[in-house]
Amino acid sequence: MKGNENPVLSRLWAYAIWAVVLFFVINLFAMIATVVVNSLSTRWLGTWLPPGFTTRWYFSAWKEFQLDDVLVVTFQIAAAVAFLSALLGVPAAYALARRDFPGKKLVMLLFLLPLLVPPFTYGIPLATVLYKSGLGGTMWGVIVANLVPTVPFVVLVLIPFIEQIDPRVEAAARVFGAGTVRLFIYVLVPLLTPGILAAVLLVLMRTMAAFELTFLTSGPGSQTLVVSLYYAVSAAGVRAGQSVDAMAVIYMLTTLIWLLIALRFVNPTQIVARAKQTH
Amino acid sequence: MAIRLRAFERLRLDNVSRNFGTLNALKNVTLDVRRGEFIALLGPSGCGKSTALNCLAGLLPLTAGSIWLDDKRLDQLKPEARGFGMVFQNYALFPHMTARRNVAFGLMMQRRPKAEIEQMVNEALALVRLTALGDKLPGQMSGGQQQRVAIARAIVVQPPLVLMDEPLSNLDAKLRLEMRAEIRRIHNLLGSTTIYVTHDQDEALSLADRIVVLRDGMVRQVGTPEELYARPAHADVAEFMGYRNLLPSRASGNGDGRMTVTFGNANLIGTPIEAVGSGDATIAIRPDDLTPSADAPISAVVETAEYRGRDFYGTARTSDNVELFFRSDRKVASGETVRLGADPTRVLVYARGVT
Amino acid sequence: MTSQSIPVAGSGRHERVPLRLRLAQRGIDGVTLLVLPAALFILLLFVYPFLYGMNLSVHPKGGAETVGRFANYARFFSDSFLYDTILTTLWLALPVTIINVVMSIPVAMRVRLMRRQRLLTTILVLPVTLGAVLVAEGLLNYLGPQGWLNRTLITFGLVSSPIRLVHNYWGVFIALIIHSFPFTFLLTLSYVTGIDPSLEQAASTLGAGPRARFRHIILPLLLPGLAITFCLSFVQDFAVFPSAVLLGAPAGPTRVISIAAYQAAFEEYDYSMASAIAMIMGFVQLLIVVAVLTSRGLFYRGPAGGGKG
Repeated sequence: MKGNENPVLSRLWAYAIWAVVLFFVINLFAMIATVVVNSLSTRWLGTWLPPGFTTRWYFSAWKEFQLDDVLVVTFQIAAAVAFLSALLGVPAAYALARRDFPGKKLVMLLFLLPLLVPPFTYGIPLATVLYKSGLGGTMWGVIVANLVPTVPFVVLVLIPFIEQIDPRVEAAARVFGAGTVRLFIYVLVPLLTPGILAAVLLVLMRTMAAFELTFLTSGPGSQTLVVSLYYAVSAAGVRAGQSVDAMAVIYMLTTLIWLLIALRFVNPTQIVARAKQTH
Repeated sequence: MAIRLRAFERLRLDNVSRNFGTLNALKNVTLDVRRGEFIALLGPSGCGKSTALNCLAGLLPLTAGSIWLDDKRLDQLKPEARGFGMVFQNYALFPHMTARRNVAFGLMMQRRPKAEIEQMVNEALALVRLTALGDKLPGQMSGGQQQRVAIARAIVVQPPLVLMDEPLSNLDAKLRLEMRAEIRRIHNLLGSTTIYVTHDQDEALSLADRIVVLRDGMVRQVGTPEELYARPAHADVAEFMGYRNLLPSRASGNGDGRMTVTFGNANLIGTPIEAVGSGDATIAIRPDDLTPSADAPISAVVETAEYRGRDFYGTARTSDNVELFFRSDRKVASGETVRLGADPTRVLVYARGVT
Repeated sequence: MTSQSIPVAGSGRHERVPLRLRLAQRGIDGVTLLVLPAALFILLLFVYPFLYGMNLSVHPKGGAETVGRFANYARFFSDSFLYDTILTTLWLALPVTIINVVMSIPVAMRVRLMRRQRLLTTILVLPVTLGAVLVAEGLLNYLGPQGWLNRTLITFGLVSSPIRLVHNYWGVFIALIIHSFPFTFLLTLSYVTGIDPSLEQAASTLGAGPRARFRHIILPLLLPGLAITFCLSFVQDFAVFPSAVLLGAPAGPTRVISIAAYQAAFEEYDYSMASAIAMIMGFVQLLIVVAVLTSRGLFYRGPAGGGKG
């Protein structure tokens, strides 16, 4: 019988892999730590750790970048996007999960494309259209733009949830007299709540972190936090680095809070995977 | 036959145990298998039969105990070093390889010369009567055909031992019967030693030289099909082997291999299997053996009766509300009162409370 | 779910089946119409802008009659400042994607054996949750000449003076790896776990050790999924923007095609040119994806299960 693999080599290989992963993770945390430490330091040049710590940069950043307004705008946009994408996406997911109609494949492709094509590629034409129609630079423009990837996302996330519901439960509801609207209200939405919750949370997170689309379609009063951060970083020569990092930390906290909430309901893979594998 | 299986005399499982956390899947299983035997591991789901097979194959490590092939200790070896052939329940055919390449895989791992591999693959495919489908992918074959490729793949490497894990459970009834015969035919032709896991007692009875009945990780009985059919060693084994009537009763009186047992207000003569003193007992009777006759001891009211062509199989209830399963030559009607009894050799008496 | 088939009460052949029933037999009824709002929305805001952009790109700023409809494209391909962006972007996106895909395989193979995967996957999801902008800002600090990485390298004597990792190609490269490896990894992991474990078990009973199992069983079954992973990752990496601006040298070595598009739109206010560049960008992405997917056709494409007939 053929002999075994060299156990020493396999051990080494396993350690090497873990070393690479560890390296990645350590650098990741170190990078985040740098931002946090800098935001809390008085001045930091040329030493391992800053000479003194302070929280004043947070206050100054708050005022300087008008973070209170920005945060309100961000949440408004994210909430609107979440709500509207659920409103559009849940019925569409239901139709796609329960019906086979001519052209269904085309419609599925239609919903798949915005998730496969990166935001910048379709963002430029989208921004052009929005500006020409007058929505460009306004909050509604940003909301509409962000809906383009999130509606299909909701649809794709929900279809498996719907398929899990036994169609006979729905048939029973109909036999007892429920029309489509009442079916939704009394049967489907309650059963789908975990799925809808998952989808809404994911949409909230993605919209808050969404950069390209908001960047291309927003104006001064309609920037989300991440876009403001971008402008702050790219103008970093003008503003104090600590101030920018304070803003970055605030941004980080907002996304991380949502991440923690979301993780109670969804699994990390769903946050990242944009296209459902059908292969 | 150029496929010659490597020789060994004895396979021994010695006090083999396997735990999954707090679950004891196998407890101190000891078994001796002689070369050329067809052994069935039989039991209900969860009894540990698949675990035992996986431990034999090396896919699961042992928590305690050892496995020996003649005087070579096996349980420390990885599966790729043990050289057993295995047929999986879902066939586990490599979906991206043709039937030929699937069968050739093990030989390829042994680094045999190409010509030799081709010849052995041809022989194996001929043995399972699948020569025509050699170049098809598993996805293009039916269940029965995939099954046969899986078997060919396992035997072509000339293993001393062939392990089969419920290979027929995914086939329809007719195919199952056909393949059952095929499996035994191949076993006989090659003179192989086979260990076959199943939960179907008919399969075990028809295929095996010896049957090992497992329950809750322990060996309950080892014996030939005849022994297990006619004299199951414990009440739970009897239940599994088709003795559907398990009746609580009291034993009294003992004389030359016979015993009087009282069930309800009926007195029966039975054959004690376990050491039963006077006291609580369980009697086991096959439905086939429990028939109505005028002077039989048990009185019951018929509930249902199914026509089976040659006779009727029915259920009846006694006045103590115990359900009985019986067989009748003549038609019985629902609601009819019958008197049921069985030959003393077919009434098996076990101690109660021991399962 | 398959469409409901409603039996038609058949009397005479000359009786017309009502339209509603006929439609329902083909799967179209009130429920199907629920898909319309979302579908229309996407048509309006994804497909239409795309077509609009395509149209706009052939109506160049100087006027189609004067400079010709393809003036934008001509300008793009004749101005090295512009067409070089394709190469520059490819030079970033391709290596990053290849490295990510290749690295994800051994890591996924290890992780799938782990019991507590969630912690690791959560950590890995962080860069994606935080977003490219934050990663860029973090790297500006961390990789800078005074940052911890350089300090560590100098302290350990690996280099004598700080290495230049920001405002150049490497900064963007590292940012892309940090930002897109998790995505690649999670996809690969899902493909790897989708391979029926009994296949590996069968292979090991037939004498295959870990390397042989990987080479003959896992890799061939993984390749189609890897091709898809490659395409999805590449397409994202090719559209890199904030990292290239913040962390790179947007005037030169990291002038990626998205920057060119952005400048055309928001600095030159030449929406026509911007659309043309966006079209070109999409086209290059499509080209690579098609190339990878057609070579995928050479590989086995069926299910990765053991087959139950």
